[in-house]
Amino acid sequence: MERSNRKPIIVVEDLTARFGGDTIFQNVSFEVYEGEIFVILGGSGCGKSTLMKHMIGLYETASGKVLIHGVDITKADERQLKKIRLDIGVAFQSGGLFGSMTLAENVALPLQEYTGLPREAIDLVVKMKLGMVNLAGYENHLPEELSGGMKKRAGLARAMALDPTVLFFDEPSAGLDPISSAELDSLIKSIRAGIGTTMVIVTHELQSIFNIADRIIMLDKEAKGIIAEGDPRWLRDNSTDPRVKAFFNRKVLDQEGKET
Amino acid sequence: MDTQKTYNIHVREEGGGRVLLSLSGRIEVGNLHLFVSEAEDLIHKMSPGSLRVDLSRVEYLDSAGALGLLQMEDRAKARSISLEFVSVTEEAKRIMGLINREALSMKPLVSEKKSNVIEQIGEGSLRILNDFISIMTFLGDLLTALGRSFFRPRAVRWEDVFFYLKRAGVEGLPIVGLISFLLGLIIAFMSSLQLKQFGASIYVASLVGVAMVSELGPIMTAIIVAGRSGSAFAAEIGTMKVNEEVDALVTMGFDPTHFLAVPKVLAAMVAVPILTLYSDFFGIGGGLVVGVLGLDLTVYTYVQETMTVISVTSIFKSLVKSVVFAVLIAGIGCQRGFQVRGGAQAVGSATTSAVVAGIFLIIVTDSAFAILFTYI
Repeated sequence: MERSNRKPIIVVEDLTARFGGDTIFQNVSFEVYEGEIFVILGGSGCGKSTLMKHMIGLYETASGKVLIHGVDITKADERQLKKIRLDIGVAFQSGGLFGSMTLAENVALPLQEYTGLPREAIDLVVKMKLGMVNLAGYENHLPEELSGGMKKRAGLARAMALDPTVLFFDEPSAGLDPISSAELDSLIKSIRAGIGTTMVIVTHELQSIFNIADRIIMLDKEAKGIIAEGDPRWLRDNSTDPRVKAFFNRKVLDQEGKET
Repeated sequence: MDTQKTYNIHVREEGGGRVLLSLSGRIEVGNLHLFVSEAEDLIHKMSPGSLRVDLSRVEYLDSAGALGLLQMEDRAKARSISLEFVSVTEEAKRIMGLINREALSMKPLVSEKKSNVIEQIGEGSLRILNDFISIMTFLGDLLTALGRSFFRPRAVRWEDVFFYLKRAGVEGLPIVGLISFLLGLIIAFMSSLQLKQFGASIYVASLVGVAMVSELGPIMTAIIVAGRSGSAFAAEIGTMKVNEEVDALVTMGFDPTHFLAVPKVLAAMVAVPILTLYSDFFGIGGGLVVGVLGLDLTVYTYVQETMTVISVTSIFKSLVKSVVFAVLIAGIGCQRGFQVRGGAQAVGSATTSAVVAGIFLIIVTDSAFAILFTYI
């Protein structure tokens, strides 16, 4: 990887997350570089969604730093935080669409709030964004009238409304059939190819990972932290860590860490 | 369900302390208990040196039947009797292989730390303290957001305000009207029974008027709004929280208090005082019906008597109270909604808690107002 030439957009330093008395993960550090598709990987309950929510400032950190464009969001004031938030987009697992608004209203919301564009211009941008996620013509549909995959794509259209430099995805493939999942993957790749958006994706879908990821980190529940970092294909073929090998080869480990 | 014996155990002694048990028929979930106890009785009675169990004539074996066979083996082992299954079909082997013997004797994992009474009292007190802190923090946020809306009215989502005004106000008119009317009727009727004895029936009008305007109107309206709208606000925001809609708002740079709570609180601040006046009117109307039909008062006398006891100040005081009640009901509804963590059950608890806390706050605040108004 030609990391030295690339600028880190997100830097996570010694991040620790706790809920009540339970430590979810501790001293997690990594960097996300400009324009890459970065995947946070791990089994159920390892804290990958929690890590993402810490990275976008939804959860309070127990200790550590999260720098986005050089600003530590764990210590940033409201104004700095708002500026950062306008520069990132988040596509939630369930779409996170507002149920009382149509798709057009959902996508238009950030545009109305932050751009001061006239109504017609906003309508046009909304049409363009919905077209980008293959939902052209669904402007007047309510979220409840859509399938799970469509909701996720509509959520993505809203997340992209202000052309953010970083897009976060929480489990884009969860609950989708293989074809919808593959569609979403190719959409992610085409957005990156077209706009050059940096993507941070939380998933455990192997197919998706090999399809889209430039680089991954793998979290582990027992280790409470990162157990592998790098190119997923390289890790699959060369990692000596039994947990990493087991994950990529869909094997179950026994208590001693041996394949059963 | 009656246990039907669908299997048979045929016993044959083979000499030298060896016994052959031939099983036939169906060994299944319905007779697991019967099978295990019969097998145990046989082992106990015969005390053989070794046992062979022939499964060749077993027609059907389900997982519970296989469990029965393994339990039989365990019972034999406990008595140091060697047991061997013979003529085991491939299917029976597969079913028996599915059973994890360790899982049968494993102790349940402790799902959460058990605490003793003192710890529970401590945890409960901390919860109440944290709840109080979170209500105060939210109230602070809400008042700041309301203050900001006052200076920047264009930033308020007026569409939502009108929507909630219709939901909390207009749609509440029938129930508030009906309950207030009946309340006025009941007070007038009950008090007339007493006052009639002293020839003081005319004071029914004063009593109903004062009771409705200064206490019952504002309180009943507030309680009805807490039940109808406070709960709805909590459920709505709680569901948005579960569906990650609130998270989406935060990540888009919106302030959820301003976006979701302010329109509801503003709508309640307008709707509750209007509903209170409406309630006063219907309450007095209820009293009037009793006065005219039961006490032979004329409409004119009744209304005039009512007018003499109700002052503009008392109406103003009741409106002030109702505005404060509105902020409390809508505020606590929204706060409980924002507190939701988890799923559907949490939304249900938030809704209940919004109503209970809302009514509690209404009564406590009303007591405070009673003292305050007495001294000013």
